[in-house]
Amino acid sequence: MSSVLYDAQGPRAKRRNAVFTVVFLLALAALLWWVFSTLNDKGQLEWALWKPFFTGTEAWTTYIWPGLQNTLKAAVLAVIIALPLGAVLGIARLSDHAWVRVPAGIVVEFFRAIPVLVLMIFGLALFAEYTNVSSDDRPLYAVVTGLVLYNASVLAEIVRAGILSLPKGQSEAAMAIGLRKNQLMRLVLLPQAVTAMLPAIVSQLVVIVKDTALGGAVLTFPELLASANTMSGYYGANVIASFTVVAVLFIALNFALTSFASWLEARLRRSKRSTGAVLGVEDVDDINAAEVGGPHKTDGV
Amino acid sequence: MFDFLEDYDLLGAFWTTVQLAVLSAVGSLIWGTLLAAMRVGPVPLMRGFGTAYVNIVRNIPLTVIILFTSLGLNQTLGVSLGADDFESINFRLAVLGLILYTSAFVCEALRSGINTVPVGQAEAARALGLNFNQVLGLVVLPQAFRSSVGPLANVLIALIKNTTVAAAIGVAEAALLMKEMIENEAQLLLISAVIAFGFVVLTLPTGLFLGWVGKKVAVKR
Repeated sequence: MSSVLYDAQGPRAKRRNAVFTVVFLLALAALLWWVFSTLNDKGQLEWALWKPFFTGTEAWTTYIWPGLQNTLKAAVLAVIIALPLGAVLGIARLSDHAWVRVPAGIVVEFFRAIPVLVLMIFGLALFAEYTNVSSDDRPLYAVVTGLVLYNASVLAEIVRAGILSLPKGQSEAAMAIGLRKNQLMRLVLLPQAVTAMLPAIVSQLVVIVKDTALGGAVLTFPELLASANTMSGYYGANVIASFTVVAVLFIALNFALTSFASWLEARLRRSKRSTGAVLGVEDVDDINAAEVGGPHKTDGV
Repeated sequence: MFDFLEDYDLLGAFWTTVQLAVLSAVGSLIWGTLLAAMRVGPVPLMRGFGTAYVNIVRNIPLTVIILFTSLGLNQTLGVSLGADDFESINFRLAVLGLILYTSAFVCEALRSGINTVPVGQAEAARALGLNFNQVLGLVVLPQAFRSSVGPLANVLIALIKNTTVAAAIGVAEAALLMKEMIENEAQLLLISAVIAFGFVVLTLPTGLFLGWVGKKVAVKR
């Protein structure tokens, strides 16, 4: 698309673009210089502050790896619990009976309208007040609860969109050979929808991983971000170094997940065996916001 | 039963939430549009910068960015964004963090809008002899904005919910007030219901209204 916006460049356009490049490069260099000199002024570039991450394994084994484990643990638990819940809610929203469809719709829209942090804070207090979960485990329970409540409703929408993305002929054919509604869903629609939804589910994992960081910042859950805080206390206020390392880890993890999702999506789109229905990476961004009126491709089916 | 609410500045907290959301929305719309223009533009360096920015920022948790603005930018590097008291410094830092994060999503929403403009529109504009700025500014972006209203509305709603992350650096918005109230009062369900209701009131009408606007202004093709 982008190349259609401008013509092949002649000599004048090339000169102008060269000027833009140089100006932009200077601006970037100025920004980098400012960052570098400020860091240097504040002594944040001292080797002593960065040393723990490059020499020896203590920082990695004592702080980063346990933090990363907790991040992954919360994310995986959340997705494992949220998937079946989301599937049930999503299918319920497609029900022919209003008494099933409407309550499921209300639950889904309600939990998507509420910030996940609010759900986590609620979860923490809930476990403290009504259960005897030990106070060490409570942050994990609270983070997973918040993530499950929110992501179950997002996954419900993904399931619903996945089922609706299948060609109409699939259900027509199934009904024509006399399948019941439950057989239609179980034998025809769901198996195909699961394939179509895979990329969307993987990219929802990115959202979940990112949201676990809330637990570290607000609920004292010892995940990756919290370990950045602990490290900067332990290694002599190397805030910049610790945050950089943690941010790079988050980026690497999420980038791997996103790339995997895109690869899955491309593979599914190419494949000749399926109906070609795919719920892509970009659809997930829309579904994460409340969808009311959003431009969903799911309306027509 | 609702007596205890009088001890807390509930409306004030939600007002802070609204202020965070509105200021960040305006800022990220501007920065996000610039990023989108860079990403589709003819200058390779700018294209690379825009792509790198979006891919990096989208993959960092917002919490890391916001916490970094406070612990890193402010407390370590001494950036205070022109404010002098603790409260307004943190407020401005939170807005900065939200803008940096949300603009990546605004950029992507606009780019998906640009992709809905038929190739013929840009080709016709170029055939008239318009240059890149004119093609983008007069022909493509006006149409792209109109079909981006829906995705942008979704970004805005996500932003409203994301303002709660500012609680991590002590901005007195709704989620922080909720935490404080829960610690002091034995009214867990009631407090949660009130806060949840507040967010439903903020997000649901916004979504409905912008969804309606989006359908109304969308270019019929």
